[in-house]
Amino acid sequence: MSKPTAIVIGAGFTGVATAHDLALRGFEVTVVERGPIVNGTSGRTHGLLHSGGRYAVKDQESAIECIVENRILRKIVPQVIEPNGGLFIAITEEDLAYGELFIDGCQQCDIDIEELTPKQALELEPNINPKLLAAFLVPDGTFDPLRLALAFAATAKKNGARFKLYTEVENLLFDGQGNVVGIQVWDRTSGERYDLHADIIINATGAWAGQITQKVNSDVSVTPTPGVMVAYDQRLIQRAINRLCKPSDGDIVLPQRRMMVVGTTSFTVEDVDYVPVVEEQVQEMLKRGAELIPGILQTKERGAYMATRPLIKESGPGRSISRTFKCYDHKVVDNVDGLITITGGKATTLRQMAERVADMACEKLGIQATCLTAEVPLISYREYYRLPN
Amino acid sequence: MSETWTIKYVIYREKKGQEPKFEEFSLEMRPEEYVLDGVEKIWAYHDRSLTFQHACHHSTCGACGMLVNGVEKLTCITKIKDVTENGGVVRIEPMRNFPVVSDLVVDMSTFFSRMETAKARQVVSLSESPTDSGIKREPNAADDLYRLSDCIECGLCISACPITATNPEYLGPAILAAVQLNGLDRFPELLSWVDNADGVWRCHSAFECTEVCPSNVEPAWRIMDLRKQVVSRRVKNLFGMK
Repeated sequence: MSKPTAIVIGAGFTGVATAHDLALRGFEVTVVERGPIVNGTSGRTHGLLHSGGRYAVKDQESAIECIVENRILRKIVPQVIEPNGGLFIAITEEDLAYGELFIDGCQQCDIDIEELTPKQALELEPNINPKLLAAFLVPDGTFDPLRLALAFAATAKKNGARFKLYTEVENLLFDGQGNVVGIQVWDRTSGERYDLHADIIINATGAWAGQITQKVNSDVSVTPTPGVMVAYDQRLIQRAINRLCKPSDGDIVLPQRRMMVVGTTSFTVEDVDYVPVVEEQVQEMLKRGAELIPGILQTKERGAYMATRPLIKESGPGRSISRTFKCYDHKVVDNVDGLITITGGKATTLRQMAERVADMACEKLGIQATCLTAEVPLISYREYYRLPN
Repeated sequence: MSETWTIKYVIYREKKGQEPKFEEFSLEMRPEEYVLDGVEKIWAYHDRSLTFQHACHHSTCGACGMLVNGVEKLTCITKIKDVTENGGVVRIEPMRNFPVVSDLVVDMSTFFSRMETAKARQVVSLSESPTDSGIKREPNAADDLYRLSDCIECGLCISACPITATNPEYLGPAILAAVQLNGLDRFPELLSWVDNADGVWRCHSAFECTEVCPSNVEPAWRIMDLRKQVVSRRVKNLFGMK
């Protein structure tokens, strides 16, 4: 019997993890991506391996997803993770009051936290604001975004998946009854245009999901919500330092290699292909970052960029929308078979997003195959370049 | 309102089966913006067929190395004002010493394959990591903190290396630096791989690698140090020592 076939559109975190999952379940997978691996939102994450603490008070569904996946990623892909943990620190009385909610929330979400005295916190992290009022240790981490994606892509490749980079989807192909059976693509390296067919097409284009769903006149869409990230040229901390407060602008400073990254802001845009950095937001990150790590004022900016979150479209302003993800079977939503859209979510939950969308693909095609990705260690990310395509 | 400069981007273009050429694009850029921002703008607003490598935009992934006005740069952390002036030119070419795939995209598979053979580690314990003064910390058994390594595998050192240009078989700076960092005592099986004419002895100390490294690896002196490690390892092997 021939293998079931799948096309995954997008080689961001969701796309590469989905390719890996489907390949393990016996699919013949082709990933098409208009640029290089993780050139969109995924590559531009600050690289926080979330403990879930950030969402434990107001968005517990996301918080639980984060802590579960945090534990799995540490196990299957330690090759790209700084596993040092994180701190949530209170600077003001208002932060301190939030601490009560934080303790309850973390407990409800099964996130292990440890309360430290300010003195203990300063012993661990001498460069945090010495005026801190309280601190909690959480199992945060930092990862390298490109290499995290490459590890998934490499393992997918080993199991037969093929990657067509710099290849843009121009049109969907239909069967005459309005169902999707393939894609027409443009290879930007050669200028060639050609068709690809598959049993199932998965739209994993994140903040760009609407560009595919509009081709089937679907209302399924996302709210592209960029935020600024600013990197500084010294590493004054070893752990992720979070502000003990509800999610807000500049609420985290992360260590990465010999740098620190401060994030982020939240606003909405229409055009996601190029989001210019807003200078005022960069200044705001420095100011807010310095409230957590005063020494940041003595460092030099090393980079500044925008990353556009793919928030699920619901009513409400950016920060109030859940950070969880959603899978849409367009047969159910629009009576168009052959197409699934997955969007929303966070870098930390990439594996779980892939599991959910692969479950849906298997169910639609009547395939019995269990998800194995929580157990299978990923091979070296460098194998992505070594393995034949 | 922040100041805006008019910049002429001159971009190397090469597609399969076609002659390479340069194309010009005029952009309005803030001097504080980064060179990569301009390349991305060209793709977004002027020419969707332009291909280039990029991911993190803050020098942790190493994807966006290119030649900027003839010099190897990580374009995501190179400010416009540091390479040109208002009305000036930013000339962008793919890295040297790698086969061109398309436009600014190069094939780095041989490089990554060698980094893998070199057992280069991406996550290293803090006690083993070089500090800002370039010196390794004293090993401390109680230290269980880690960090991502300095080398981001951008390939800029390979692009700048005059030896690689004449001999592609030469392992190259990042690779030899990775072996030095781990130490031959840790991986003695790598001795014969680096101790030969295409390995540590090929380097002519041009120091171009250190000059262009955007990430504190400083490959040049590490290659010199690896030579010492090689000699010491040979002696140890002679006497059957570990």
